[in-house]
Amino acid sequence: MGAQKKGATARVSEDQEELARNPLQAILLADSFATTFRPITLERPKVLLPLVNIPMIDYTLAWLESAGVEEVFVFCCAHSKQVIDYLESSQWSSQPNFSVTTIESHNSISAGDALRLIYERNVIHGDFVLISGDTMSNMSLTQVLQEHKERRKKDANAIMTMVIKKSKPSPITQQSRLGTDELFMAINPVTKQLLCYEDKAERSKGFISLDKTLIADNPSIILHNDKQDCYIDVCSQEVLSLFTDNFDYQHLRRHFVKGLLVDDIMGYKIFTHEIHSSYAARIDNFRSYDTISKDIIQRWTYPFVPDILCGSSAIKVERQGAYRASDVTLSRSAHIGSFTFIGQGTKIGNDTKISHSVVGEGCTIGSNVTIEGSYIWNNVTIEDGCQLRHAIVCDGVIMRSGAVLQPGVILSFKVVVGQQFVVPAYSKVSLLQQPTQQDSDEELEYADNTSGTGELRSDKLNGDIATDLSETAYELGTGGVGYIWSVFEGAQDEEWKHSVAPIPTDKLVKLMLDKDEDEEQLTQDGNVLSASGELKADSDDNGSEDDDNADSRDDYGFFEKEVEATFLRAVHENVKVDHAVLEVNALRLSYNMASVDCAGAIFYSMMKLAVESPHHSASELHRNAADIITKWQKLLKSFLHDIDEEIEVILKFEEMCLESAKEFAALFPQVLHLLYDKEILQEDAILRWADEKEGADESDKVFLKSSEKFVQWLKEAEEEDEDD
Amino acid sequence: MPDTQALVNDFISKLKKRKIEGSQATAKQTAELLRSVISQTRVPYTNQAAALIQSVKAVGERLIAANPVELAVGNVVRRVLHIIREEDLSLTTAAMAGLNLSAVSDDEDDADRDNQPVLSAAAIAAASRSTLRPPSLQTLLEDVPDSAAIPHTSSSGGDSEGKSKSADKSSRSRKLKHDVIEAVNELIQDISTCHEQIAEQAVEHIHQNEVILTLGSSRTVLEFLCAAKEKKRSFRVFVSEGAPRYQGHLLAKELVTRGLQTTLITDSAVFAMISRVNMVIVGAHAVMANGGVIAPVGVNMVALAAQKHAVPFVVLAGSHKLCPLYPHHPEVLLNELRSPSELLDFGEFSDCLDFGSGIGAPLLHVVNPTFDYVQPKLVSLFITDTGGHNPSYIGEMYRLFVVSARGEGMNFKSEIMRTNCIAEGNFFGKLEDRKSRFL
Repeated sequence: MGAQKKGATARVSEDQEELARNPLQAILLADSFATTFRPITLERPKVLLPLVNIPMIDYTLAWLESAGVEEVFVFCCAHSKQVIDYLESSQWSSQPNFSVTTIESHNSISAGDALRLIYERNVIHGDFVLISGDTMSNMSLTQVLQEHKERRKKDANAIMTMVIKKSKPSPITQQSRLGTDELFMAINPVTKQLLCYEDKAERSKGFISLDKTLIADNPSIILHNDKQDCYIDVCSQEVLSLFTDNFDYQHLRRHFVKGLLVDDIMGYKIFTHEIHSSYAARIDNFRSYDTISKDIIQRWTYPFVPDILCGSSAIKVERQGAYRASDVTLSRSAHIGSFTFIGQGTKIGNDTKISHSVVGEGCTIGSNVTIEGSYIWNNVTIEDGCQLRHAIVCDGVIMRSGAVLQPGVILSFKVVVGQQFVVPAYSKVSLLQQPTQQDSDEELEYADNTSGTGELRSDKLNGDIATDLSETAYELGTGGVGYIWSVFEGAQDEEWKHSVAPIPTDKLVKLMLDKDEDEEQLTQDGNVLSASGELKADSDDNGSEDDDNADSRDDYGFFEKEVEATFLRAVHENVKVDHAVLEVNALRLSYNMASVDCAGAIFYSMMKLAVESPHHSASELHRNAADIITKWQKLLKSFLHDIDEEIEVILKFEEMCLESAKEFAALFPQVLHLLYDKEILQEDAILRWADEKEGADESDKVFLKSSEKFVQWLKEAEEEDEDD
Repeated sequence: MPDTQALVNDFISKLKKRKIEGSQATAKQTAELLRSVISQTRVPYTNQAAALIQSVKAVGERLIAANPVELAVGNVVRRVLHIIREEDLSLTTAAMAGLNLSAVSDDEDDADRDNQPVLSAAAIAAASRSTLRPPSLQTLLEDVPDSAAIPHTSSSGGDSEGKSKSADKSSRSRKLKHDVIEAVNELIQDISTCHEQIAEQAVEHIHQNEVILTLGSSRTVLEFLCAAKEKKRSFRVFVSEGAPRYQGHLLAKELVTRGLQTTLITDSAVFAMISRVNMVIVGAHAVMANGGVIAPVGVNMVALAAQKHAVPFVVLAGSHKLCPLYPHHPEVLLNELRSPSELLDFGEFSDCLDFGSGIGAPLLHVVNPTFDYVQPKLVSLFITDTGGHNPSYIGEMYRLFVVSARGEGMNFKSEIMRTNCIAEGNFFGKLEDRKSRFL
């Protein structure tokens, strides 16, 4: 350890020489170009949101400064005025050997735009660190810079080094820790070159495809699912020009990284650098906000922890990770639990319990309040008897006595919650009304990109409060001020994924189940891949069949329903027969059914449709059935490959006539005839069916008898054929 | 002035980011910074001492706040304040002597403060400084050629007195600043030579064929051991590695290159090995007023093991590590929690995370404190640059260094008063105790 340290210092001095020639630069994107922190980000930029009572950008800048970066270009877009004002008034404007320059833009809507703008300014003169303002780290840059430079000397195409970190390769870690989807990376273990980068979100069911040239070109490839992207990149100048050349690159990872990996004409390469002991993570959504706050409180980001970073007030770490500012007024009976931060000038009343939470500066908290796993920013008033669980409460919020916040609630700036009001779980409350239409493009920035409109909004806001008081009152109880944002269609189920609240157990179970299913499928695919006669796989299947039998009944039921739904949709939407065939086939694969089952199910749905469509007499019903069969015969036919399947259809029909669609009982021979006419059923099938039924019980012979004539006719026809 | 301000800010940011490691380096840099602050401070015609004190105090408070765990900063600030007062006092006495005790009108403030009792206290301090070392070591140090630190101080004091006698009042203003800077230079000198000063005493304590145990890495300990080696003592050293930073590994390598027979052991093997050890020698982060020691984590365990087996436990500490504060004082920040990643990789940590737990917080907590507090009763002897002392004598010793810090300094008056009581009350009894242990 010590030896390493010595080595590191030696390297530092070397590096320093190099730095003297070319000061190390960094681009800090003070804008996430996303909407995950709405509604808070409508009023304040994300990078200025307090993380354990210190604005996020301070962590990033403090790290950059200590890592030896000398020049930082802060790119501000949304609420750029606030960011610039903050930086000018902060300590960063007056640091020796560390200059912070802001670049303002009002029309950039993505990281790509930002980098293009920076390229136009022509301020970057060498390798630079690309980071967004919501990334925390304490890693040393010297090693990664060194590696990057050495690689560049050998290969001018190595233009970027990505920092990655190991994380538990559990299916739910990524989700439950940072609220992101699983990430797959293919890395050459020798050169550390990144060969493939896939978010799970984009590829369903955990499949990734590797280009076979990759396997040909690289002697070994390791496919990782236990790596986490830290969103810290060391880039060469070319990166900026690449963004300019490819004006459709918007997202750093989704477009740029993937674009480079796919593009083999230019031959640019991306490498990875794995960090072990140091910490790095990016705050992407409310869940990672929660996780990273906890990591900071547990001091993983040392020395960037509140008691060291916070310059103005003395903060002490007490037992069990309780951080407390020097002038907190604490009632004797208040209970401050472990891993809690209490900011300066906060007052806490009797019998109040706080645990795993952050309480900012100047807050007033009454008696008998319960605060658990919540983040309370500055100057918040919480009256007696309130309860907060896993919520984020922004500056200036007032919670009247007895108000309750259920898990996952976000209260934006200056919201007032009325007495005894219960804010339902996962709701987002803001003084601003929800933007009426969601930007269709996910990449789009906050609704108001310019600070100008932001100010307008807040002017308007004051008027709003007065006029809309009556309207808003009922939303947040008596005396409450604020709008509860409605959740968009479809997003409702996703809400829990990114919220501050821990994932509910049922969802967790579901996640695990999904994962199991995925894995099952993967193993099945494995069998398919090794289909060249792997005995083991086959015997496995046989062995498990008995167990599966019980399930297969249910499965068939589901399958039948699915097929029926698909068929009905096909009928109503006039889907082409070919497409319907494709869809049913897909269903067959996903439920692992045979085509026999498909035929049965399709026939069942056809008949059912016939029964359900309006009819008054048996003849009308017959006509209905005839119409449907004529129209969809191709669909049915495509699943009838041999006699067995055709017999199955007859048996199915028999079953239906007995049970679900008794109307058909009278029409049995007619329909049978119809099917024969349409060449859906061959005469062999019908005859075989008749033979089989011959030996059955009397009760089973009802339909055989009713169609005796038809069978007889068929037999005769056959004999005639033979005679010919 | 602006360039000092930049220097101060730079130093503060370094302190804040924990970029300066080791109390000696910190103390030295603090003293150098304060020297430049003093030299940059413009002194008014009257009451220059107060002006200097004010500017030093203003900077000092910021420095202390920057890294409250590094107690050496505060210690040096206090020493510098003391130097200013003492120099001022000596000039005033000289002036008063020259003017036949006729206080001049514009000198009234100074004269008021420097009233008779304090004067006598200072006189006592000056007198007792020469007798600071316990008699047994006094003889020893007189043999050593460059143990001139204390005589030097007194001679410089005498020198300035002699000069100031002839000097008139107008030259006094320049004189004070000059004297103070001179004295701070001496302080810097003291701090930078404290290793040698301490190491000189090594042969007195390390005997032939002894086994010495130490934990972690301390430059003072390294110098101390090497000094004994150079004096042809042959002995063995056990180095406990000092998890989680494993600085013991460094120390062991260093000792081997200097030709010492070294054994590296784990921290957990200390108790098993202690019975073979003749003496434990460790470095300290700070020494509190009651004689308690703040030392790298793990030292308390070593001290308890040493007590169990009646092995002398010796702490080496330069005088800049002596601190007039008590460990139970609410203002004292005794410990710092470092990053858990020194114990456990974050990747490994994430293996232990189970997100099914209700509160969403991990069940595994990794705590990584930097320091241990060792009770004074566990310490057998302190070896400072002024000689060896019993723990109970530490407070007294500090009083001798900074006696005239007085109430208006940094509110340490009560501290020092208490220190005096305790130290004087215990001194003689403990001295006997120590003698019985060592002689």
